[in-house]
Formats: sequence, structure tokens, C-alpha cells
Amino acid sequence: MVISKGIPTYEEKLIEELGYDDHFHDHHDGDKFSANFINTYIFSMDHKIIAKQFLITGMFWAIIGALMSLVFRLQLGFPEADMVWLKPILGKWITVNAEGIGALSNQFYYALVTMHGTIIVFFVLTAGLSGTFSNLLIPLQIGARDMASPLLNMLSYWFFFLAGALMFYSLFLSTGPFSGGWTAYPPLSVLPQASDGSGAGMTFWTLSLVFFVVSVLLGGVNYITTVLNLRTKGMTMWRMPLTIWAFFITAIIGLLSFPVLVSGFFLLMFDRTMNTSFFLNEIFVGGEALQQVGGSPILYQHLFWFLGHPEVYIIILPAMGIVSEVLSVHAKKPIFGYKAMVFSMLAIAFLSFIVWAHHMFMSGVNPFISNFFVIFTLIIAVPSAVKVFNWISTLYKGSIRYNSAMLFAIGFVSMFISGGLTGIFLGNSAIDIQLHDTYFVVAHFHIVMGVAAFFGMFAGIYHWFPKMYGRFMNETLGKIHFWGTMIGAYAVFWPMHYIGMAGVPRRYYRFDTFDSFAQFGELNKFITVAAIIVFFLQVVFVVNFFYSIWRGRKQTVANPYDASTIEWTTPINAGHGNWPGKLPTVQRWPYDYGKDGREFYPQVEPVGDNESEVH
Amino acid sequence: MNSLLGFVLISVLILIVVVQIAKVTELAGIRRGDKETQKLTNKRNANYMLWFLAGFMIFCVVSALHYKNYFLGYGPHGAASAHGTLIDSLFNTTLFFTGIVFVLTHVALFYFSWKYKEEDGVKAEYIAHDTRLEIIWTAIPAVVMAILVVFGLSAWNEIMADTEEEFIEIEATGYQFGWHLRYPGADNLLGTRNYKMIDGSNPIGQDWEDVKNHDDLHPGEIVLPVGEKVRVRITARDVLHNFYLPHFRVKMDAVPGMPTYFVFTPEVTTKEYRQRLKDYPEYQVPADPSEPDGPQKWEAFDYELACAELCGKGHFSMKRIVKIVEREEYDEWLAAQQPYYMTSIRNTDADPFKGQKLASDSVEEEAPAAEITEEVEADIVAMNAESAE
Repeated sequence: MVISKGIPTYEEKLIEELGYDDHFHDHHDGDKFSANFINTYIFSMDHKIIAKQFLITGMFWAIIGALMSLVFRLQLGFPEADMVWLKPILGKWITVNAEGIGALSNQFYYALVTMHGTIIVFFVLTAGLSGTFSNLLIPLQIGARDMASPLLNMLSYWFFFLAGALMFYSLFLSTGPFSGGWTAYPPLSVLPQASDGSGAGMTFWTLSLVFFVVSVLLGGVNYITTVLNLRTKGMTMWRMPLTIWAFFITAIIGLLSFPVLVSGFFLLMFDRTMNTSFFLNEIFVGGEALQQVGGSPILYQHLFWFLGHPEVYIIILPAMGIVSEVLSVHAKKPIFGYKAMVFSMLAIAFLSFIVWAHHMFMSGVNPFISNFFVIFTLIIAVPSAVKVFNWISTLYKGSIRYNSAMLFAIGFVSMFISGGLTGIFLGNSAIDIQLHDTYFVVAHFHIVMGVAAFFGMFAGIYHWFPKMYGRFMNETLGKIHFWGTMIGAYAVFWPMHYIGMAGVPRRYYRFDTFDSFAQFGELNKFITVAAIIVFFLQVVFVVNFFYSIWRGRKQTVANPYDASTIEWTTPINAGHGNWPGKLPTVQRWPYDYGKDGREFYPQVEPVGDNESEVH
Repeated sequence: MNSLLGFVLISVLILIVVVQIAKVTELAGIRRGDKETQKLTNKRNANYMLWFLAGFMIFCVVSALHYKNYFLGYGPHGAASAHGTLIDSLFNTTLFFTGIVFVLTHVALFYFSWKYKEEDGVKAEYIAHDTRLEIIWTAIPAVVMAILVVFGLSAWNEIMADTEEEFIEIEATGYQFGWHLRYPGADNLLGTRNYKMIDGSNPIGQDWEDVKNHDDLHPGEIVLPVGEKVRVRITARDVLHNFYLPHFRVKMDAVPGMPTYFVFTPEVTTKEYRQRLKDYPEYQVPADPSEPDGPQKWEAFDYELACAELCGKGHFSMKRIVKIVEREEYDEWLAAQQPYYMTSIRNTDADPFKGQKLASDSVEEEAPAAEITEEVEADIVAMNAESAE
């Protein structure tokens, strides 16, 4: 039997004694499965490598998306500033006037806003977050050798890569990338006459996202199958860590909602290329009256938001799962209300499918219909509140070990509260009349699903970095990163509430065309400066990440946090198949922390006769 | 280019310094011992949690006080419409409940984070769940949400209900990038439109065969009498737009091929609103900073119509002025408007009634003559002569 080097740990002995022998080495090549560079690091079918691929690709896109936001924040904070220095990068999108003062073109401003949204929502917070951690943790935490289909898993990454390549290419088109907002509402997204970005840029955008959805679906089918079929002996559904529950529910939501988005995209493509009129009706544009009649742009909005709303839960649920796990491990207490946490996630998932039209209160749908969507939307506040109370209670009478992961998990809870509460304003259609499409909305969703999801992702990266690379990230840099980002993110997004209450609409290239919106010059400068500082703090994170891969402090014990879950029973830098010998068998739930005077019980330890509470 | 290069260089330098600091602190930590380092970290970060809580709450209060005049229903920016007051009060009801939750949860979160840091000799307690507590904190938000839903929906259905009463109807058509406004004119009826008839002289495709169109007005701004119900017919010519009157709490998408409506009653005239603003120092500054002796901000104030649905690269520039005036002033303004048909279409090639006498002509004669060229005039004379025969 192959056992990791050195003295076997307590958990390893338990696995050796009680584990399940699936004759892994008789059927597979074991550690030698990935022989050469290409199938180890590029076309890898190992879930851990694929997780890293998703993560690093996600980081690449996060940097691009964040840089884009800096450019348009410069425009909003300093509309008169000379942007000539950006000309070497942005070229013709910086227009230089007679005095040599460069300005960002408004067409490109809208392209940046659109790309920022698309990239962060889909590439970073869907693929980068759920893709990374579902891949890394599902097999490790349920005791599987790998995903149900490693091949589909590999394809999932490469479809994502293809989607990214197409999107990246579209940034360099002469008519510019798509510029009609990440929601791509027709008719604007259908008519190149109405916007330059709706030409080739939109073609690439749609193609890219169709491939992206293929990636999500391949991943999702795999995650669901793996969770349902490959749980190790003893790992019942009610013994799964909340991370796994979160990824599992996320995958189901994705599988049910993304195809609807694609159907919308296909109809959009037909309207663009075959003169159909699913979404077009009585349009006069570019000096001519179009032939297409009878369609409805609102139909697209229904198809889009039928994904679009579940999408925000696809983003936030994995973060919730990660945070639940991290809080519990580092507070050294069981997560409070484990079953309530699962049921609240299931409730959120279910409700997420019947609230989509709350994005459409002011879009011209029958106001009567909105009644139902208001009710369901505000009901979501209940399971969300339960989750928040449970996280806070998890800290109560805990013994909190502070590290970067724990800090980000606590920060997540704060962000989720702040951003979640403003959702109660927006979900109430009457208030939404005034706040719809203002900066209040921008503040709301950036805090609750932007910053919060990023915090969940950071918590996960700091926490499981040793699992990925066998080293720790630097804690000092991690703390600078956390405290700077915590303060900076609030500095960026909190003031936007005030701007929004004053009625300033989002997606404005400049505010001085309206006297009513022009009075926030100073505040917009402040936000821009804060955004630049926050960006540099993320650079600190990226540097820390890559530095630590090669130079970080080495992990010396297999289970550095005294965690119960079984991913810490593998050897450090586990090879293909995760466990060198037998598979662990699970004997208890994953949150036996601080029970009967013991720091923790590993999930592989059988329940003793004298244990107090058994879950 | 040089500044860009310098910027990158400085950034790299700063990063190198940061990484060195990190290395040094890590080495110092190793020398101190893992346990001691963790202890120090716990103490420090737990304290930061309290500091953050205090700082954050102060920041919220101070910034809210500083920007209190922008809260819905406070200061000078209270709604200028009847239903708007309802929205403002609903906003504040929600703010009351969410404010309490915000403060309580944040105090609990950061206080616990500080209080329950890892300490020697103190072990975490095993508390897995508490059914009674969980029922309570599921029920409370459910009740609060029910209250908000009831308030919210009763307001919503009242605001969005169509009106049976007498109202003034106006029409706004969004296009890239502006608004085309239309008033029904003397007959109080908007004429029919056909988007295929849109051309240079017919910006919203009015069907000139329809006599209801003949008295329709195309003013450059919205003028409305105070205290009277208005129903705006909202539509778009090319892509989605959104008819947004921030001061009146009015917002509705303009959809090509599908008119939408919004009914509201303006309650504060422009003059009164200016008087409201007069008392606030931020409005006692020159409207145009380059002209210190010019009108002050409150004197220059006007209600504005904006677009609130991304519609292309000029989305930020779709402005129209809105004026709310007393009834008499409104009547005067209305009387001074010329029907678009009479000024720009009548007896041009686009006019299906070119050369024919219209039932409305007798009325028209009193009004200042439309732009009728000599040629057209000659035609009319000739045709009249023909019909006389």
C-alpha cells in the first residue's frame, strides 16, 4: 500500500484501518497517470489542476475587468482630465482635441461598462468562483478520486477558455466590443445601426457566451453526478459539508436556467442575421423603417432574467458555502443550524426561479404581474436572514483563530448584510419606481454579489491554498489585502447609495448634462480614488498568490487547521486520485468542533460510545 | 507614454517593498514561534474588528447626515408629485426596519468577532442549533416582510392604476438621442401614428390623413398645470428608452411598438420648488461658476426629463426641461403653441389634403398663417377657382 512519506497521521491510520479499498491502483496508473507536461498542466483531466486552471483564468479576467472599471471610473470622477496617456493602450478610443487634451470616447465608455459587467459576472464570479471550488472541493470533500467524468470536466474548462478567447478578441475589433450593457437588451443589441458595438462586437459576445454556457452545463452535469454518485461510504447527503451543498444546489440552478438564456441568445441571433422579429417591432432606425413587426423586446427580458436572476445566486451560493465552512473551522465551532442552512439554500434556490421579473417592474410589463414578483422577492429575505443569523451565531462563544481566510469570511457576512438590506428597497416595486436603474442599484448589487462573492472567493483561496499548492499564502499581505479591501470597498460603494437616492441614473457617460445629477463631482472623485486604491490592494493579492505558489511557507502538517472534513486527510500535494491508498469512509457529520473538550473529530473517526451529541 | 512608464515603475517598486515587508514579518513570526504569532494576530485583528465597527458606524452616520438632503422625502428633494410622497414614505418605512437590522447585525457580528477570539484556556462551546431561537428569527423577518409587502403593494397598485377621471394626455417618444413630445391640441386627442411614415418632416410618423393629428402640438419642453392629473403615453422610435422624471418619481420604459403609460399629478410648481431650494446653502451659489454674478442655483432650477434605460452612446444626454405652472399660465402657453401640421406639413407635398379646404380651416385663418409658399398659395387660388366653376 502506498502511504505518504513520513509517519502516518491519525487520520491516515484511521483510513488505513476503516477505509474503503476501491483497488484504485489495480485499475489506474496512480500517481503516474499524468505523465507529461501537456496532460499534466494543459489538457489535464485531474480535478485539482482544472480547478487551478479555472482560478488562474478567472484571476486574469478579474484583472482585465477591474482595469476596465478603473478607466471608466476615471471618466466619471475626472471627466475633464487629460486621458492622452491612455492612448498607447486604447488608441482611437481616446479622442484628442485641438488643444491636445485626450478624452475617452463615449462609445468606448459604454463598451467598457458592458465588458466589465459581462466579464465579472460570467468569467470571474461564475467560472472563477464556482468552477474553481466545485472542482477542487467536490471530489476532495466527498471522498472521490475525481469527477464523475474527467473528460467532460476538461472540456468544461476548454469551452470556458474558448469563450474567453472570443471575448478577448472582440476587444480589438475596429467597431469595438459590444456596448449595449451586460444584459444585451434588444433592439439595441440587434441593430448595428443603433450602436457600433452591436455589429461584430455583439456577434462575438453572443458566440462567446454560448460557449460559456456549454462550459457551465458540462461542469454542472458533472458536479451533480459526482455529488449524487461518487460520495464515499458513509457520506450521506446530511453529512456533506455546506460547501458541497452549495456547489450542488448551484449546479442544479445553473443547469435549469442557463439553457433558457441560450434560447434567448439564439432568438437574438435569428433577429440579427435572418430578419426574424422575435424581439423587434415597429422600429425606425438609421433613416429607415425596418420590416420586422410583431415581436416584443420584453420577451427577451423575460428569457434573460429567467437566467439572470438565478445567476446572482449561482454567484453567491458557492461563496455562502465557502464562508460557512471557513467560519466554522476557524471559530472551532459547528456551523450553527446546519439543516437550516441547507434548507435556506434550497429555499433561495427555489425562489430564485420565480422572482426574475423584479428586474422588469418598470419595463412595461403589466403592473398587476409585479404583485407576485414583489411577494416572492421579499420572501427571499427570510432564508437570507436565517443564514446571516446562523453565521453570526457560529461566532458566538467560539474561539476565533484569525487568519486571512477567516477575516474575509467575516467581511463577507458584513457585505452580505449591507447589500442584502438594500435589496428590500429595490424588491418593493413602488420604491423601485424611483430607484430602478440609479446608482442605488449599482451600490446594491456590487456590495451583495460583487464584493461579497469576491470575499467568499478570497476566503476560499486563502483557506484552501495549502490544498492546492502545499504552501501557505503570506499572512501579512493577506491582512493588508483584507483590511484595505474591506474599508476600500465600502468607500467605493457606500456613497453610491446617496447618489442613487438623489436619482442619478446608472450608465451615464457624464453627469453634467443634467443639473439634477451634476452635484456629486467631489463624491465621484472620492469614489474613483478609492477604486484605484482597492485595485492596487488586489495587485498585492495577485503578487502574494504567485509568490506563494513557489516561495510561500511550506505546509508541514496534512491538516493545518484541525479541520474535520476529509480533504485534509490526503497527503500534502496529493497526486491523481487524491488518496494514495484506501478511500476514507465517513463516520459522522462534518462539524464536530469543540465537542466534549476535543478541538475536533475528523469525519473519518467512528462515533464513540460516550459522545454527547451525534449528528 | 513616459508618465505611464513611470507609473508602472513606481508601482513595481512599491510592490517589491511590500513583498519585502511581508517576508520580514514572516521571518519575525517564525522566530517568535507560531503560537505566539497567532496569539498576537488574534489580539490585533480582534481589536481591528471593534475599531472597524466603530469607524463604520460613524462613517454611516456622518455621511448620512452630510447627504441627508438627498434622502427621499427629506430636505429640498421631497417628491413633487402626489404619488411620489407615498413612495418617499415607503422608502423611509423600509429604511427604519432595515436600519435597525443593519445596526444590530453589525454590532453582533463585530462584537462577537472581538469577544470570542482564540484565548489561552478558553474553549469554543459546542452549540449546533437552537430550534426556538431559529423559529423566532425566521418569524420576525417574515412578519416585517409581510408588513412591507402590504404597504408596498397597496402603494404600487394605487400608483400604477390607470385613471378613469379627466386627465391631460401627453406623449413622449424616445429616440437616439432625445425625446419627441406631443400634446393632443384642441381636440384633446392624439392622432394615429404609423412608424413607416416617419421621415425628415414627420419625426414620429403621424398619419396626416387622420385629422386628429392636425392640431397636435410638438413643443420643445413639457409644460403642465399644477394639481392636474397627467397621463403620459410613452413610446420609442428605435431602441428601448426610459421616461424618467426624478423629481416626480416617474419612471417607465419606452418600448418601440408598444406604448406604455404613467399617470401622475404634479403638485409643486417650478416656482414653488425654487423657493424650497432657496433655503439650502448648496443652492445659494452661482448656477454657472464662471459667472459669479449670474443667477443662483435655486433660481436656475428646472425639473428635468431624463432617460434611464441604456440606449446607446448618447444615453446620458437625453434631456428635456419640464415646467409646472399655474393653470392660467398653462393655458397661455398652450394657446401660443402652433400645431405642427399647420406650421410644417400643411400644403406641402407630404400633406394628403394639399390644396383642399379642411373643416378646421376657418379656425386656422385666425391663427398666424402657416408657412405657405407663394407657389402653394397660387395652387390654392387656382383650385378654389376650379371648384367655384
